[in-house]
Amino acid sequence: MTNLLDAPERPKRPSRGGGAADRGIGPGSGNRPDAAGGSRVARIGSGIRSLLTSPKYGPVIVTAVLFVAVFVIGGVRYRGFFSGQVFLNLLVDNSYLIVLAVGMTFVILTGGIDLSVGAVVALSGMIAASLLQTGWSPAVVIPLILVLTSVLGLLVGLMIHVFKVQPFIATLAAMFLARGLCYVISQNSISITDPTFVQLAIARIPLGGNLSITPSVIIAVAVVAVAVWVLHATRFGRTVYAIGGGEQSGLLMGLPVARTKVLVYVISGFCSGLAGVLFTFYTLSGYPLTAVGTELDAIAAVVIGGTLLTGGYGFVLGSVLGVLVLGVIQTIITFEGTLSSWWTKIFIGALLLVFIILQKVLTARRR
Amino acid sequence: MTDPAAPVVEMRGISIEFPGVKALDGVDFRMFPGEVHSLMGENGAGKSTLIKALTGVYGIDGGTISLEGTHVAFGGPAQAQAAGISTVYQEVNLLPNLSVAENIMLGREPRRFGAIDWRAMRRRSAALLQGLNLDIDPGSLLGDHSLAVQQLIAIARAIDVNAKVLILDEPTSSLDSDEVAELFRVIRSLKEQGVAILFVSHFLDQVYEICDRLTVLRNGKLVGEYLVEELLRIDLVQKMIGKELTALDDLEQRARSVVVDESDAATFVHASKLGRRGGIQPADLPIAAGEVVGLAGLLGSGRTEFARLLGGIDRADTGELAILGRVTRLRTPRQAISHRIAFSSENRRDEGIVGDLTVRDNIVLALQADRGWFRPIPKKRQDELTQSYIQALNIRPANPDALVRNLSGGNQQKVLLARWLAIAPRLLILDEPTRGIDIGAKAEIQKLVFTLAENGMSVLFISAELEEVLRLSHRVVVLRDRRVVADLENDGLTVDALLALIADGSVEADDTLLAASVVASDAAPPAASAPLAPTDHAPGGRA
Repeated sequence: MTNLLDAPERPKRPSRGGGAADRGIGPGSGNRPDAAGGSRVARIGSGIRSLLTSPKYGPVIVTAVLFVAVFVIGGVRYRGFFSGQVFLNLLVDNSYLIVLAVGMTFVILTGGIDLSVGAVVALSGMIAASLLQTGWSPAVVIPLILVLTSVLGLLVGLMIHVFKVQPFIATLAAMFLARGLCYVISQNSISITDPTFVQLAIARIPLGGNLSITPSVIIAVAVVAVAVWVLHATRFGRTVYAIGGGEQSGLLMGLPVARTKVLVYVISGFCSGLAGVLFTFYTLSGYPLTAVGTELDAIAAVVIGGTLLTGGYGFVLGSVLGVLVLGVIQTIITFEGTLSSWWTKIFIGALLLVFIILQKVLTARRR
Repeated sequence: MTDPAAPVVEMRGISIEFPGVKALDGVDFRMFPGEVHSLMGENGAGKSTLIKALTGVYGIDGGTISLEGTHVAFGGPAQAQAAGISTVYQEVNLLPNLSVAENIMLGREPRRFGAIDWRAMRRRSAALLQGLNLDIDPGSLLGDHSLAVQQLIAIARAIDVNAKVLILDEPTSSLDSDEVAELFRVIRSLKEQGVAILFVSHFLDQVYEICDRLTVLRNGKLVGEYLVEELLRIDLVQKMIGKELTALDDLEQRARSVVVDESDAATFVHASKLGRRGGIQPADLPIAAGEVVGLAGLLGSGRTEFARLLGGIDRADTGELAILGRVTRLRTPRQAISHRIAFSSENRRDEGIVGDLTVRDNIVLALQADRGWFRPIPKKRQDELTQSYIQALNIRPANPDALVRNLSGGNQQKVLLARWLAIAPRLLILDEPTRGIDIGAKAEIQKLVFTLAENGMSVLFISAELEEVLRLSHRVVVLRDRRVVADLENDGLTVDALLALIADGSVEADDTLLAASVVASDAAPPAASAPLAPTDHAPGGRA
């Protein structure tokens, strides 16, 4: 019965977790281990190669290596770059983007896209600023924003599911709606003077040894942890992957495809609302023109983090890495001092291109 | 088969309509516990539709369904599955991006404290696979396995649900005989456990081997329900076709009489040492104009890979291909098409039809692509083409505006054939054109191959059914383990002889006539060609 297994020989080792290490799927079927078991080095070599060409792990590993490499280059070139606080500042400055990327990861894993997130960030900032100005309590305002943005996500999800609208179009509509509502609230910047918000904005949580983070980082890390758990360990999470792998098959396997598809947009809406709140902690104001194009940063982070745009493959932690790569490039340009910060965009663009080509090459190699 | 008093499934007066197609019309159907029931019928008879009605994929427009005596109306496969009806569909419907274990357990993963218990999942799926005697790592990605293995995994998935009713829709179409035997062992043990099994297959041998009862459908209507042991095969076929089946006999006669006139037959394509790493070892293959060459071999023997090289789908990395004597490199299917070589893939759904387009659009697709998109085929010409092919190939429904995805498998295949015939190919490569389709359509397609060859078209014909290969081919090329092991004139060849070649590459000693006509391929391993009498490739014959 074994002769029907066309799949190449795979080394048998007890597997753990995702079983990444023992997935010895060589690109060719010719590499049968010799009677002696082949040389150890060769086996490890082919193991690494198969890991790199795996559509599941390859891009994430490449991103991790890239992040470390860029960080080391920065450390070699600039004094004071190689410190814990520089790393932590990546989290501090990008906590809202991490939260956005988490929501975006859910959507892209199903093969969808959410273009509305940037506008929703601005909208939730505007709602927060205007309500706080009229004296509402933050304890009411923050939950209200999260509910409202989740409902917006729900509407988008229903539009996509019930009317079979392309996610691109549905979320584009939501983007214009949210951006428009910002101007309905106010055409000008509204500053936030609420003591709780101000406190959250300036608060520093010491980690010892001159290191500190902000409350936003804690929130972002918590969101990431919950997302990892949901995607890896719940039926909902696995259904998200299943939809990306083949919606029709998922349907025939009896999975709750419809519910899940709608829910990922609710999650993305919720994350955008939360990211908006974190962003106001950062800026202490609401302004209709903030976060223009941030949705594209989030998408770039997710793709650089190894999530396939067609869905099915990717990890939340990869997206976090993607955000950190974007952040570290920005930091390097700041350290360089002479370069305009717009160079960040050029680097991100180039990187994105390289990554998409890399994904193609890596996955094509397996055929 | 004891007491037909308590059917587990009873469907009465089921009707389903699609736009432009009446798929089912008042069909009754029942299944008994511990019985294997077969649903028989031609393409478009409504078998798949009836199955999808039972599993809740389609809503029914009329009739009732009861499970164990109570009326049910499933809103989807999830509900049907929960009620104990699980299905393995004809096309593998699993998720290539997830692990084997997940594909087996998805939707009912073992959980601890609300989280998926990955360890238990791996353990349970490993045990299930072991029960099927499959040596598969449950942690491996599904997409890394061959189609046949994926099919078995799909069955493992269906078995894991404690099914009262197990539906196997064409489960054997991509399995070899060992795998089929394995499947039957599983089916018998499930039968003993009192599971009602619906087994749909176009292989009559298999139906007669495993089934107790069968229901025949024709054109969406019920013909009748019969006990297998009381129904002769010839009667069954007549009930399915609804007319005397003489088509196949006709073919037998003609196969013997049609012999290529070798003297003036020019070689259309000549592959020399054509090969591709990981696909097929370098091999020679001349095909004359008007010749039908059959490729015989097991799944994974390299038969599809070889055909893909000739069709320009994959690029060869060794050897060369001469078309009408001129060496040509085929880099893309487009180039192949411009040389009038058409390749019809075995993977009808993904590499063949475009489901959301109409019959007309699908038929003119290749022709239009060949002309270039800036020279649209006039609407009138499109209609003429479509009408003529619908008639010539007997495509049903005969509606050029029907969406192809609403057609049955056999009719989709005919649309695909029409698409390639429209470009008037000189070499038509047919990879498993008759898989998963019924006898009637099969006979029509076989007859078509004959007619085409008589009119000078070369055909490369691939089929898992050796009888079919023998019936149609002037020459049979046998492949094993990605090598060409023999190239034989179809002159007194038998299925047994082919099987022997496929199995171990040696020709039985008593079959001397056969051995003499074997052409030892350069690529054949010495061990395999040793028992053969290596004769020179007679250049006068075909080259």
